[in-house]
Amino acid sequence: MMKKRWQRRHVIEAFVKGLMMVSFLIVAGCLGAILWTILVNGFPALTWDMVTQIPQGGFYLGKGGGVLNAILGSLYLAGGGTLLALIFSLPIALYLETYLGDSEWGRYVRLSLDVLWGIPTIVYGVFGFIIMLAIGLRASLLAGIVVLSLVELPIMVRAMDEVIRRMPADLEQAALALGSTKLEVAVRIVIRQMLPGIITAILLAFGRGIGDAASVLFTAGYTDRIPSSLMQPTASLPLAVFFQLGTPYPIVQQRGYASALILTIIVLIISVGSRLISARLNKYTVK
Amino acid sequence: MNRQIQLDINNTNLGAEGRRSRPSVVARNRQNQFARRTFFIVTLLPMVLIATVTIILVVRSWPILIAYSPKDLFLGSTWRPDNGLFGFWPYIVGTFWVTIAGVLLAVPPCLFTALYLSEYSHSFTRSIAKPILDLLAAIPPVVYGVWGLLAIVPFVEDVLAPLSKRWFSFIPIFAVTQPTGFSIIAGGIVLAVMIAPLIISVVYEILRTVPEELRHASLAVGATQWQTIRQVVIPRVIPGMVAAIVLAASRALGETMAVLMVVGNVAQVPKSIFDAGYPLPALIANNYGDMMSIPLYDAALLCAALILLIVILIFNILSTLVLQRMLGKNWA
Repeated sequence: MMKKRWQRRHVIEAFVKGLMMVSFLIVAGCLGAILWTILVNGFPALTWDMVTQIPQGGFYLGKGGGVLNAILGSLYLAGGGTLLALIFSLPIALYLETYLGDSEWGRYVRLSLDVLWGIPTIVYGVFGFIIMLAIGLRASLLAGIVVLSLVELPIMVRAMDEVIRRMPADLEQAALALGSTKLEVAVRIVIRQMLPGIITAILLAFGRGIGDAASVLFTAGYTDRIPSSLMQPTASLPLAVFFQLGTPYPIVQQRGYASALILTIIVLIISVGSRLISARLNKYTVK
Repeated sequence: MNRQIQLDINNTNLGAEGRRSRPSVVARNRQNQFARRTFFIVTLLPMVLIATVTIILVVRSWPILIAYSPKDLFLGSTWRPDNGLFGFWPYIVGTFWVTIAGVLLAVPPCLFTALYLSEYSHSFTRSIAKPILDLLAAIPPVVYGVWGLLAIVPFVEDVLAPLSKRWFSFIPIFAVTQPTGFSIIAGGIVLAVMIAPLIISVVYEILRTVPEELRHASLAVGATQWQTIRQVVIPRVIPGMVAAIVLAASRALGETMAVLMVVGNVAQVPKSIFDAGYPLPALIANNYGDMMSIPLYDAALLCAALILLIVILIFNILSTLVLQRMLGKNWA
């Protein structure tokens, strides 16, 4: 009797452990499957022309050209959006840490940021479009940047916040004890401590911004030219993928897969890069 | 005036010692106050933004909310904007089904993975799991869409549908009704992979909040690890797990591009997981921007956005409150 029970629970133990390992392998396998699918389908159409030329006449019917307009457009959009988001995120993150801390207000602000993070990007896109119509702005790089910055803001602040909160409290107290004002603590101590965090946050937000299609669909427009001013519409990589896949021509669809591969490579570089940079910079912070 | 003199003296003193001149305490305090106020105003921005988005969507969809009864609008199943018929029911059902399919598919493997990473795995496994999850979270929606199109839709078409036709066709929700793989289930699979990193990382964080001593106590009296997990760890984290799943569901509800590319976009009330569906975000993405000439069309699409926004706000606030409470300072 005793022996049987002993055996049974150990069989269950082994079974559950196996199940968990299989689950983990499934999740990891999905990442592999996605990257493999994109690579295999995108690589054949990935030519030098794809990344160095803008679409030429009849591009969407299968004629020559590339998606340089979309690559640059996406970099402009995500770059501008990240810069704008950074201008607002830094004060919010510093205020949360140095002035609010874990107070009631701090909790509300964090809650509002999390809610903002959860709002679907298509809603931001629609909201941006309404505002654009109201102030008479056409679909443009500027409008796309502003809407993307709204999408990126909560991601950035929360990523910074996470790092700041892990900062040793003694450091801040030591500075306050020596007579620093809170602003000086924020600017001279906290910012230095969180530099790796800031860079991770910037890259994370940039990666999110460059991949988002729903928010720029109505606000940034689409064009085959490279924008030369903030008021011109601009193409973006996710939409380039989407539109090329929407055509009935296999050769154009092939190029859509190649565009998806370009986008994936950019995002992977950012993701891996942020890990390396923050690991390197983390050596210089006080633990 | 007095202050000015004070400041000057200060500067000269420091200057004489050959150091960089510093502003007086008064000036530093004033800077501090100024920064505090500016930062405070910027910090209000997120709340203001949520309120503005909600109010503007309510105002702009108001015309259609007063022109039709809620019953016609939300339970009506005909969508013919040119005839003045705006029934959201097919879209609401489509959204609901895709989301449920995604969450149901994601939850079991994600919970097991989180448990594995938290309770069983070596630190080496954990160190490779983190980048894998980060990468999954970093892949753009449109790339998930391409993957769905190239891998999942054919998989549903060639493997799942025939399988279901052979063995499960007597169950109505598994009935195969159309020849293509563009279906609710294809959208669900893609969504499941997209929300997986979120569920795993949040549940993992929650599992780490269970004190190690409790596990040790249970193991010390002879329980196996799974018994410990089931009887000691899981009871303490159930609210957090539910919150993580609700949070993931709210992410899934609003997902636009990836779902749009694989779900078929047919405005019908889906009856089986192999039917095509048409979720609300796809409706907005496909039609907004070029509907200006039809009366109330614009308001109707904004109303769709409003429905989405309100459901997501509720899901989000509830789950975040639970997680804030459970994770305390670790909630990030």
